Amino acid sequence: MREQLPALQVVIPLLGAVLCALLRRGAIAWVIALGVSWTLAVVSVLLLLQVLDTGPISYAMGDWAPPWGIEYRVDALSGFLLVLISVVGAVIMPYAHTSVCDEIEERNQGWFYTMYLLCLAGLLGIAITGDAFNAFVFLEISSLSTYAMIALGRDRRALLAAYQYLIMGTIGATMYVIGVGLLYSMTGSLNLVDIASRLGDVETSRPILAAIAFITVGVSLKLALFPLHVWLPNAYAFAPSVATAFLAATATKVAVYLLLRFLFSVFGVAIVVQGLPVTEIFLVLSLAAMFGASIVAIFQEDIKRMLAYSSVAQIGYITLGIALASQTGLTGGIVHLANHAMTKAALFLLLGAVVYRIGACKITDMAGLAKKMPVTMGAFVVAGLGIIGTPGTAGFISKWYLASGALEKGWWWLALLIVASSLLSVIYIGRVVEVIWFRPLAKAGEKASEMPLQMMIPALVLVAATIYFGFDTTWTADVAARAAQVLLPGAP
Amino acid sequence: MALIEQIVAHYNHWVTIFLMVAGLYIVVARGNMVKKLVGLALFQTSVYLLYITPGKILGGTAPILDEKFQTYSNPLPHVLILTAIVVGVATLALGLALVVRINEAYGTIEEDEIFPEGEDS
Repeated sequence: MREQLPALQVVIPLLGAVLCALLRRGAIAWVIALGVSWTLAVVSVLLLLQVLDTGPISYAMGDWAPPWGIEYRVDALSGFLLVLISVVGAVIMPYAHTSVCDEIEERNQGWFYTMYLLCLAGLLGIAITGDAFNAFVFLEISSLSTYAMIALGRDRRALLAAYQYLIMGTIGATMYVIGVGLLYSMTGSLNLVDIASRLGDVETSRPILAAIAFITVGVSLKLALFPLHVWLPNAYAFAPSVATAFLAATATKVAVYLLLRFLFSVFGVAIVVQGLPVTEIFLVLSLAAMFGASIVAIFQEDIKRMLAYSSVAQIGYITLGIALASQTGLTGGIVHLANHAMTKAALFLLLGAVVYRIGACKITDMAGLAKKMPVTMGAFVVAGLGIIGTPGTAGFISKWYLASGALEKGWWWLALLIVASSLLSVIYIGRVVEVIWFRPLAKAGEKASEMPLQMMIPALVLVAATIYFGFDTTWTADVAARAAQVLLPGAP
Repeated sequence: MALIEQIVAHYNHWVTIFLMVAGLYIVVARGNMVKKLVGLALFQTSVYLLYITPGKILGGTAPILDEKFQTYSNPLPHVLILTAIVVGVATLALGLALVVRINEAYGTIEEDEIFPEGEDS
């Protein structure tokens, strides 16, 4: 049984999705989604423990030996991602029922959970597969279900957001597959480990360079790297609250994983860092994201949009880890995947509760809301501190690693810029905190009351996690450090 | 002369590149949502060609284990592209479904006519 765990990561959510699609009733579909999410969380934790204990797991799908067959490969990095995705899903699902009943029509609820499970299968699949083309198929499974989930939003602009994302996402995925095609025609293999070993034989010729370019740009579209982020704010702002929280925490993170995998495991430091200006490009774009998106976030009226721009800025921190390309820097980037995921999921869940109570999340409607929803708004402040990265929250840990990575290289100016961009997040979080706590109650909030318990517990669990992982880093930074070792073998 | 020969010899790549660039251009330049999807489909189709042409060996047969056949074409690209075609069809279907819903909600599928009204979208 234990050796079949890697396959279960993908098979269980796929079967669950089919069941949901057949049964269609919202409540039953929710129970299935809940059961599947929790099972997956257990499975992925078992996998990660096994990897940390005995080293990478290789699983031959259908018993076809790699590199001919599809290999599922779990190492410290992919195990970390698997746990991240499935645990976020498991925490969000108990919350989902109330919010989905409120925001999505009865006849579409079953479909929503179908799409959620398909998306989960796709995201877990990308993280676990060791096959470049298989990763493309999972990328499209997760993307197509994401477009449908976004289109289920109440506002009619959700349709436009989904359409825009469909166009951008498909261009990204197609560019990725072009890159894989070039790699395949040069190396004759699709297995990532096999490609990496064969690239040593092929000189760094023009098709390989083109493949690096296509894959980097394609995946950067999916992870919303700064100039390629235009789909993200609308998609997050108009999607149903549960979908926003889930996607913000997982979808872009998995794309980052794919990028890390290709840049460091497949192409390798020798080609990417020493031969090409990839790190310089990422450095500039990350800084542009950290400052540009934060400044745009300050001027948003809709808090969901504001947090979406904040996500673009936070992705800048993650890609900064790629730009540093050192053990400490990559640890910071990878640990920020998890830290940002839980913090941002918490914030979007809390906003979902606001939408549930007052029907909107415009900053003017939220004025003085702390008088009616003190727990929600108190948690919002704590999670906001996590985004800013104040000491004692998870966000501080990742920024600490990034700043030390910068100082190791002697880039003291970069450490200063990291602090400076955090100050920008103080402004956009602080602005909301000021309005919700210190302004007179707005008309929209007069009938509001505290959020129901089944919504409060998942949100508070995530908020508590941001505090907890600010102190105990055994399961975040230490695992991330091992993941960084996987990417940079030989580094101290 | 050698240059022209090289261009002619690799005509399949030129077709691929033309389809790729033309498709991407349509996606960027057109405001009509259905035309954008047509461009996207063209862009994806170019990838099918990119995969399949290197897999074909002139004079090669299907991979049948028999003493009479010595040269085989690689079957794997075809299988991959079969999957990619399915993905492409699904994307196009979902895109068109979204366009139908957008038409119901807005009464138009021209981006120029939709975007002026919603300033922040």
